Amino acid sequence: MSAAPRPVPGVARPWEFPAVERARLANGVRVVVAPMPRLPIATVLALVDAGAVLDDAGREGAAVLTARTLLEGAAGLDGAALMDRFEALGTSLAATADWDTSSLRMTVTTSRLDEAFALFADVLRAPSFPARDVARRRDERIAALAQELAEPRGLADLRFDGFLYHRTARYARATDGTARSVPRLDAEVARAFHAAHYRPDTTTLIVVGDVTPGEARALVARRLGDWSVPGGAGASAGAAAAEPGDPARPARAARRTVVVNKPGAPQSELRVGHVGVPRTHPDHLPIVVMNAILGGLFSSRINLNLRERNAFTYGANSAFEWRRGAGPFVVSTAVKSEVTADALAEILREIDGMRAAPPSVSEVELATEYLAGVFPIRYETTAAVAGALAAAVLYALPDDWFLSYRARVRAITPTLVHAAAVAHLDPSRLLALAVGDAGTIAAPLDALRLGTLESHPGDHDPTEQA
Amino acid sequence: MTAAARPPAPATRIPVEQYELPNGLRVVLAEDHAIPVVAVNLWYHVGSANEREGRTGFAHLFEHMLFQGSANVAANEHFELVQRAGGTLNGSTWLDRTNYFETMPSHQLELALWLEADRMARLLPAMTQEKLDTQRDVVKNERRWSVDNQPYGTWWERLPALCFPPEHPFHHSLIGSMEDLSAASLEDVAEFFRTWYTPDNAVLTVAGDFDPAAARAMIARHFGPIARGAGRPPLGAMAVPEQFGEWRRQVVPDAVAAPRVFLAFRVPPFGADGWHAASLLAAVLGDGEGSRLTRALVREQSVATSASAYTFDLAKGTDLLICDATARPGITAEALEAALVKEVDRVLGKGVRPPELARALAQLETAWLTGLQSAAARADKLSQFATYFGEADRVNGELARYAAVDAPTVSALARRVLGATNRASLVYVPAGGA
Repeated sequence: MSAAPRPVPGVARPWEFPAVERARLANGVRVVVAPMPRLPIATVLALVDAGAVLDDAGREGAAVLTARTLLEGAAGLDGAALMDRFEALGTSLAATADWDTSSLRMTVTTSRLDEAFALFADVLRAPSFPARDVARRRDERIAALAQELAEPRGLADLRFDGFLYHRTARYARATDGTARSVPRLDAEVARAFHAAHYRPDTTTLIVVGDVTPGEARALVARRLGDWSVPGGAGASAGAAAAEPGDPARPARAARRTVVVNKPGAPQSELRVGHVGVPRTHPDHLPIVVMNAILGGLFSSRINLNLRERNAFTYGANSAFEWRRGAGPFVVSTAVKSEVTADALAEILREIDGMRAAPPSVSEVELATEYLAGVFPIRYETTAAVAGALAAAVLYALPDDWFLSYRARVRAITPTLVHAAAVAHLDPSRLLALAVGDAGTIAAPLDALRLGTLESHPGDHDPTEQA
Repeated sequence: MTAAARPPAPATRIPVEQYELPNGLRVVLAEDHAIPVVAVNLWYHVGSANEREGRTGFAHLFEHMLFQGSANVAANEHFELVQRAGGTLNGSTWLDRTNYFETMPSHQLELALWLEADRMARLLPAMTQEKLDTQRDVVKNERRWSVDNQPYGTWWERLPALCFPPEHPFHHSLIGSMEDLSAASLEDVAEFFRTWYTPDNAVLTVAGDFDPAAARAMIARHFGPIARGAGRPPLGAMAVPEQFGEWRRQVVPDAVAAPRVFLAFRVPPFGADGWHAASLLAAVLGDGEGSRLTRALVREQSVATSASAYTFDLAKGTDLLICDATARPGITAEALEAALVKEVDRVLGKGVRPPELARALAQLETAWLTGLQSAAARADKLSQFATYFGEADRVNGELARYAAVDAPTVSALARRVLGATNRASLVYVPAGGA
């Protein structure tokens, strides 16, 4: 029995990102609406221009704790009653903060949208921050910090950032704070963060789903149109006013290898990279394509090398973490302890190779066709479209950014990819960090001679250095 | 656009067409042209339960081999061709099924069908010892990553081991032991393929943007010529007593920072009478901030940092309802377990209240609609129902089946399944008594 010949593709059907309408209320609240009328649901995302970079020094974790405790009380209800009310409406709800923004988001059936949004608006505007519940959330974070020390993947991520960025830089510490900073957080800190940063003129409401732009604007105006804060619009203590110092200041500009000792570990968690570039860098798209070829895809050089050729690992990938400031470029993998140094050598070889010569047309096409092709798949859901629109707000992307994305990504050439590799991969300042059994891995790593080699116990926090 | 001009919201019913090829392949088609995306999803009715003694982990290792090429596809080319076409893909192995799936731009549907057909028809010519050795090592690394080097990582092999007797097909580890993985041979690959990877042991679902007549023709062209298998060898005895008959217990010292307790109960199998009540009982107990366990253990008593409850959705023999909770610093495993048991006892004794059930149902309804958005999720659900119940369209009655369950029914089920003679505790404690 023989196969039918390999099929040729049919004709691509047109696809468009949902049409987006923007508006602004008199008090400064921005409204972004994208109708997706396919199913009777809607996602609402309140994006506040206040992320963890605005945390005061020594109070790291304030933005995240503030967001997480929004739902602990509002509208005269305590946290339990509030969640009961939301969940009885079938609302799927989350509040969090990342580096650049705080957000409250919900997905709900449109039949219950009005009632759910009334509560949602109260939570955003006037949370009560009960002392006991804020303390409970804070203590949960302290418990999670203890868990992180026992969890190799999380510990590797945490320590990589800690060694990569300068100990005075915000990016050196986790968004949700450290063992030193979190115990200093309480309801007063959350209340102050909320008062300073959650304001009509720093807030965008993104509404995606089975609603018209008119309905969405009316909904937001009804519940948030009379939102005002002391000092009014323009008195914001937001990003521009605070000037918190460069969150992305690197620790040092030389090669360095760090072993975080986890005696007896059967695997090493490896992180290799350096400080990358801000999301707003003009090379963003060539970097995305370059990274897809290097380690972003299953069929990328690093994964095929480490997993399929050498069987060192279950998987390996590389990523540029996009933020307003320069997030890390990092290669991540977990490898059998005995081959830790071999795996690191292969990662360095692939980074060097990316810089040495342009990739083939076929490799670039694999990446660009993948990135362009999966675009409609990525935006099947209301929540995904809302997330994309949040990024558009955060990075002030032009209105046609999503519509033109596929054409722009397909225009990336091997020459552009090579230029991005040369400009944005820098082997001379790589940090290689391994969480693993130092007795097995330190000597082979040292033999690679990748700058200085340091070995530390798992509980050594580099941001606490004198 | 005014509200009046708005088209009515489309029905939330999934349109389902189901038929069978002469070789026994069951096909499910679910058309939806909202966006130019199509999902292809194959369920093979084989999982770790079908492994023979001394070959634990083989069904999953075999899943890896399915990406190592077939007669007309080179090693790893399956991944490359799909990604080059702008699609996503993966596979997964479970106790009693293995699935493979692609989501494609709709004009690339035939490529996904051709790739799946080539490996269903002609896998073995591409199999080599070297590929098997490589994937064996990849899987061993997967085991180290997800089980051995991960706090609490052994729970998903310890819990089934505790809940099913040693001779039961669900008892042994899905990821497998290092020894058994080492023992797997190319002959095992060939035998497993011939036995289980046959059209009459599979369901193929296509969901999303496609032309049904064209899809039927493609499916007939690529899957039609594949020969039927010799028939499904019977599973080992799946039936177990409705209850454990005792309170089982295992304490595991592990490299963890905080104690964690899993408390499992046998409940009716996925889809059987009483299962929807069990699913709702799990949601009342531990789905969401407003659930019993989160309210009591996390919010009110502050003995846990998190708590949840869920079912495993096992469709054969018995399903398991599982509660878990992780201790706050300073709280012992004993105190945590006592608090968890107290909440379970409360539901056992007093049942659930209608508002709690309404909350669980509302949560479920939103999750259901949210899940319908993605072609891949729709396709997987349809394959699941066609595999387990023979009828994919049964998916469309699921919400009504949930809605028909009232509080007295859930309370009665709670009385039946939550008692002390139907419990299994798996307790993780920090090694060294930290």
